[in-house]
Amino acid sequence: MTTAFSTKEITAKIDKKLAGSITSLDVNILLVEKDSLVELLAYLKNTPGLDFDYLVDITAIDYWDYFEVVYQLVSLKNNHKVYIKTRLTGRENLSLTSIVSLYKGADYQEREICDLMGIKFEGHPNLKPLLLWEGFKGYPLRKDYLE
Amino acid sequence: MEINSFDNIETCSVSANDTDRIEGEVIEELKARSQQPIPDPVQWMQEQGKGGLFLTKLDDILSWARKSSMWPGVCFTACCAFEFITAEASRFDMSRFGMEIVRASPRQADLMITAGTLTWKTAPKIKRIYDQMAEPKWVIAMGTCAISGGIFASSYNVVPGYNRIIPVDVYIPGCPPRPEALIRGIQMLHEKVAKGTLNKG
Repeated sequence: MTTAFSTKEITAKIDKKLAGSITSLDVNILLVEKDSLVELLAYLKNTPGLDFDYLVDITAIDYWDYFEVVYQLVSLKNNHKVYIKTRLTGRENLSLTSIVSLYKGADYQEREICDLMGIKFEGHPNLKPLLLWEGFKGYPLRKDYLE
Repeated sequence: MEINSFDNIETCSVSANDTDRIEGEVIEELKARSQQPIPDPVQWMQEQGKGGLFLTKLDDILSWARKSSMWPGVCFTACCAFEFITAEASRFDMSRFGMEIVRASPRQADLMITAGTLTWKTAPKIKRIYDQMAEPKWVIAMGTCAISGGIFASSYNVVPGYNRIIPVDVYIPGCPPRPEALIRGIQMLHEKVAKGTLNKG
């Protein structure tokens, strides 16, 4: 079984500039500033000993005050997993950096979140609607969406 | 035939048992009866005015033909399809109604059984499949999703009923309907088709 990965190892190893933007929410959950997200994911993927080579899922949650985007990473090599969360405040013009260049599997996940939550992913190669259609008004999975 | 009655027949076989003797006797008997060719059964073709007559309305015979071989087309958008598959398979056996051939091409289909939820993104395809079917054609709305959108009726992307897209002849409630319910719905459609005319099925 995949074991939870203690994020203490990461925060201890990581360089100080990046460490300043990270908070540990739980034993294997990290909260990161949205500007440092790609840097952190690249670090987790490429550092020997961590090797988070597999992106399981990306999802987004509407908490009214802010949107939270959750990345679930697993290392197939070391058999451990970690959750990375980032928060976006406000409800208009939300954007986040795409991680398709890091994980190819993020492609459809980011398109789905863009459809249903209205979070744009900058640098995505093909951010067309995936589940909805051109011309659809609104973002259906937001809390304030009413048809 | 009595086996013992063949005991005294002379044969060239030295080790013939009873079964062999019976077989030989049957062949000899058939051969003796079959020395002349049987006349070909075409005599009736020469006879004039002796055939049976059957009087009916053209509408009735057309409706009978239409309802006796109603070929369903493929329109299985969701889980109701499995109930349809069960109804088609050996236990419920829809070939009793001349419906065993499910056509992959809408041009060869008479009946669209809409088994499943319809989303707005799929709706243009369903409309196109319906338009490609040749007249006369019928539609059965199978399950609550097909009738009204079901539990997804208020969703942002579910069509609240197939009758927004295409005309529906028979509605079958259930989530999903059992194969018995589907067969009852098909029988109701047969009753409807039986009332059809030459112009409208």
